[in-house]
Order: sequence, then structure tokens, then C-alpha cells
Amino acid sequence: MTDASLPGTAPPPAPAPAAAGAAPAEEVVKGGKQLTTFYIYEAPVRLWHWVNALCIVVLCITGYLIASPFPTLSGQPSDHYLMGTIRFIHFSAGYIFAVAFIGRILWAFAGNTYARELFTLPVWKKSFWRGFFTEIAWYAFLKPRPMKFMGHNPLAQTFLFVVMVLGTIFMIFTGFALYSEGTGLGSWQSRMFGWVIPLLGGSMQVHTLHHIGMWAIILFVIVHVYTVIREDIMSRQTMISAITNGYRSFRDNDPD
Amino acid sequence: MALETFYEVMRRQGITRRSFLKYCSLTAAALGLGPEFAPTIAHAMETKPRTPVLWLHGLECTCCSESFIRSAHPLVKDVVLSMISLDYDDTLMASAGYQAEAILEEVMTKYKGNYILAVEGNPPLNEDGMYCIIGGKPFVDQLKRVATDAKAIISWGSCASYGCVQAARPNPTRATPVHEVIFDKPIIKVPGCPPIAEVMTGVITYMLTFDQLPALDRQGRPLMFYSQRIHDKCYRRPHFDAGQYVEHFDDEGARKGYCLYKVGCKGPTTYNACSTVRWNDGVSFPIQAGHGCIGCSEEGFWDKGSWYARLADLKESGFGIESNADKVGLAAAAVVGGGVAVHAAVSALKRAQVKHDTSNGADKGGDK
Repeated sequence: MTDASLPGTAPPPAPAPAAAGAAPAEEVVKGGKQLTTFYIYEAPVRLWHWVNALCIVVLCITGYLIASPFPTLSGQPSDHYLMGTIRFIHFSAGYIFAVAFIGRILWAFAGNTYARELFTLPVWKKSFWRGFFTEIAWYAFLKPRPMKFMGHNPLAQTFLFVVMVLGTIFMIFTGFALYSEGTGLGSWQSRMFGWVIPLLGGSMQVHTLHHIGMWAIILFVIVHVYTVIREDIMSRQTMISAITNGYRSFRDNDPD
Repeated sequence: MALETFYEVMRRQGITRRSFLKYCSLTAAALGLGPEFAPTIAHAMETKPRTPVLWLHGLECTCCSESFIRSAHPLVKDVVLSMISLDYDDTLMASAGYQAEAILEEVMTKYKGNYILAVEGNPPLNEDGMYCIIGGKPFVDQLKRVATDAKAIISWGSCASYGCVQAARPNPTRATPVHEVIFDKPIIKVPGCPPIAEVMTGVITYMLTFDQLPALDRQGRPLMFYSQRIHDKCYRRPHFDAGQYVEHFDDEGARKGYCLYKVGCKGPTTYNACSTVRWNDGVSFPIQAGHGCIGCSEEGFWDKGSWYARLADLKESGFGIESNADKVGLAAAAVVGGGVAVHAAVSALKRAQVKHDTSNGADKGGDK
């Protein structure tokens, strides 16, 4: 069994699951069907998710406006500080984004097993790949019913790892490297991230790659929001409640 | 016979001591050293023998030399050229042919390990270097030979530093910057197409008077001239922060001298001293003349897309000539958004079908 998939072979009481803390939080009988609910995402994970989401929205809008500014303003330059304000918001959101990500990494050590899922892809496990291909088949309408998962399904986990871990790291590194151009040589930003600029082929190139990174994240958000809503309706477990109050309910007690 | 000192050369050329001291102060200021370093420079110039400089020319357009000989700082055109003991420069020297090559050999043996090699242009490596022949031999051979016993190498201009136009895609002659041919010598990059004259003379003066390399950044450029972007010291920066841009070259903003960001100014991505030192005796620089910076001192500036757009072309990534990050991103978002819509529609149909089946008493779709 993976950490992610629910054993759930027998009706409750649930069999001893592999994952720690996987004892059902409550079991409700509703409309003749038994709903088993588990506490999955602890408060710091949920907080990070929403802070991160807000940061991404702010960063994408301000970032786009930095590359393609508003139409020009008239009057004296001392009357306005539009670009300055947009850049300030972008940099502030960037700091929050980075600090939240560091906090999220630390919580992976402190939190429950689902707090670690984001950073670990168990590609050596057969069950991971079974879940991965089953999910692909489910999305390709080749399977009438998906599998059950306590945390993320392997396909979602892969996407999250690539975009939200590797992508975030890429955006933080390129972002702070670009920021260091303003803070100047000798600043901690320059000492820590300045090497990124010659490595990727110059300032212009880093700007372009940072911009492409934004589009990659926007694509991810489109797919993420769609699949979450779809899964919330069509899969065998709830999605939106898991990231709002932390509880995930299963709609059936069937085995895998 | 020992070489004359710089000071002796200057006096012999009729330069007064007063002018000499002025030059030392100005050089100290240009190097960002502060007034207390003027006597240090003066002392060094009075006591140090001139250092021989061998100036080689590979694939280049001579704009670096043109810039250098127009250095407007006091005395530079008279002094720096004579004081650096420019013993070999096949463009500027009077001698030619066998005589010229003989001087090269002589300096290389006599001042082994003590001369500075200045390289303008770069060697092409395709066809064994046959695209650039100097004195009957490939330039790359001459470069390697002279570099062997040099104290340090100065890469003049974007050609020697990064490759410049002859190395732009598809680079048919495989023009290669100096630091990718010579690996065992300290190399100072002085990029620009051309570099600013005062920057060139400043770098040479620093090396000769202090007998050491100037402090360099990660890419090997002297910090004193390349540590900030054009943008950081641009006199139009207040318009950038305010959000006042030239939208077209003939609009009101252009006449009022607004920021050139939207017409593709590369100032925010270009490290050089143009906005502080400026050109032609500090008269002007491109942005002051109403045209955006083209980023000529940045690596591969020919291949980074239009000089009039802030977003780089992505043609090298196989997206077509007119593509940039926004066009590719929007297209991808449209494709993904459309895919999501279709997928959602099919999902809804499937779900309706399953519900229909279930309500008809069929087995619920849970079997594998």
C-alpha cells in the first residue's frame, strides 16, 4: 500500500492502515451509505496552500504588468509611482511566497505523512505507478471509476512535485537573482542568487525564463482548479473540504 | 636598457607636471578610488617602467580601437597610447610585414611573463581557424602562442568577451570568445560594441599603476565599470518608476523624454557604464539621444530578439520567429483551457450516462 491509497478493504472499523494517524475521524451514515472521514491536511498545510495561492495570483498579475506596463501616465514623474508600487507589491509577494515555501518545507518534517507527500515521489514503488496509470486511464475515460486515495493520487502528486516544488524553486531562484540586480553586488540576494544570471546566459535570458515560468504556473492553476472541482464531484473522495477544514470523506467503503 | 617610466614619457612629450597630476586625479576618480589615491597613481607612474602591451586583432570591426583612440579623458590620446608601450598592434603600428612580426617575437621573449595581451575580436575555429589569417597563419594559433607567456589578457569588446555578431546564430565560422580558447590566464572582459573609451583606458591604467587586476565580477568584468545596469543610473529612471513610457518613437512621451522601456530599451538587463561615464567626452549616450539601449555589452545580444521589444524572441526554442513568452503562454493557456472545457463536457456526459444506467437498475459502475 502506498501512503496515498486507502486500504479500506473491509467495512469499518477500518483495517490497520499503513499511514499513521489514519484512524477515521468520524463515520456518518448518510442516505444508507456510510461516509468515512479522515483528518488529512493539518492547519499549516492548509494555511500554506491559501497563502501560496494568493501569492501566485498577486505575483502573476504584477509580474505581467512589470513586463507589459499600463499605458503611459501624463504629468510630472513626481506625481506618480505606479511602476514602483507594482514592483513593490511583486517583490513583497515574492518574499512571502519564498518564506511560505520554506515554512512548508519545515512543516514536512514536523507534520503528518501527508505533509511530506508534496516533496516525495515514491517512483520506486510499484503501487505508485499502478495508481499513476490508473488515474491516467480514469482521466482518459477508459476506466469507469478511479481509485481511492487518502492524500494525493500519484498523477496529481507528480504534477505538484514538478510545478509546485521544482517550479517554485526555479521561480524563487530566478526571482531573487533578478531582484539582486537592483539590490546590487554584495547584497545577500546577490551573494546567494546572483550566480543564477551568468549560469542561465545573462539578465535578459533570466527575465525571459522567469516569464515563461509564470505561464507554466498559470497552466498548472487552470488544470489544478479544474481537476479539483471535477474530482470533488466525480471521484470517490472529497477534495475541497480537505484543503479548507482538513477533513476528507470517502463516499463508499468499497475496496480499491 | 630599462624602459622609461610613464612620467618620463609624458614629460618627453611636453606634458607639464600640473597636467600630469590632473590626469592622475581624474583617473583615480574614474576608477572610483577617491582623491587619496591620486598620489598613489602619480607615484606609480613616476617609478614604474612601462609595461609592454601586445594588441592582437582577430575577427573584429576595429570599433574597439576606434573607441580607444578617441578617449577624451585628458591626455589619454597622447599618453595612454605611448605610456602603455603598445609594442604590437597590427592596425595602429607603423611597421608592417616581417618587421612587425619580429617585434612580436622580440617582446614575447624579452618580457616573458610580463607583458599584457589585449585581444580585439575573436578567433574562428571552423576549418582549423582559416577564416581569420594573420601573417599567413590562423589567428587562433597566434592568440595561443602570445597568450602562453602573457601576464594577463584583456578581452576588448563583446567579440573577445562573448563572440558578438560573428558568433550570432548560426555562427558559420564558429567564432569563439577568448575565454573559451585560453584557459590558463587571468582574463578581464571589457564588453561593449565598442566599450566606452574611458572604460578601456581606465582598465589599462589601473592594471599598469597598481600592477594587479581590477576587481572582477562573476563574469570577469571590472566591477568599477560593470557592477550596475544602465537602468540603475539612468537619468530617465524616474519616468520608469512613475509609469511614464514612450509608446511610439513619435509620440508625446518621446518628445518629453519618457522612459524607453516599452520600445525595448535593454537598460534594465545591461551592465555597463554608459549612463554614468557616457560617450564622446560625456556628451551623450543612446538613451539620452532618444533610442533605447540595445544591450551591446551583454552576452549574445544579437540572439536575444528585437532591439525594440522587452520580451525576447523564442525562435531558438522552436516556437517560430514572431514568438515570445506571452504569445507562447497565451496559446498554451488557450489550448489547455479548451482541453479542460472539452474534458469537462465529456465528463458531464459520462456522468449523466452512468446515472441513467444506475437509475435503470443497472449495476453501478464500480466494477473494474
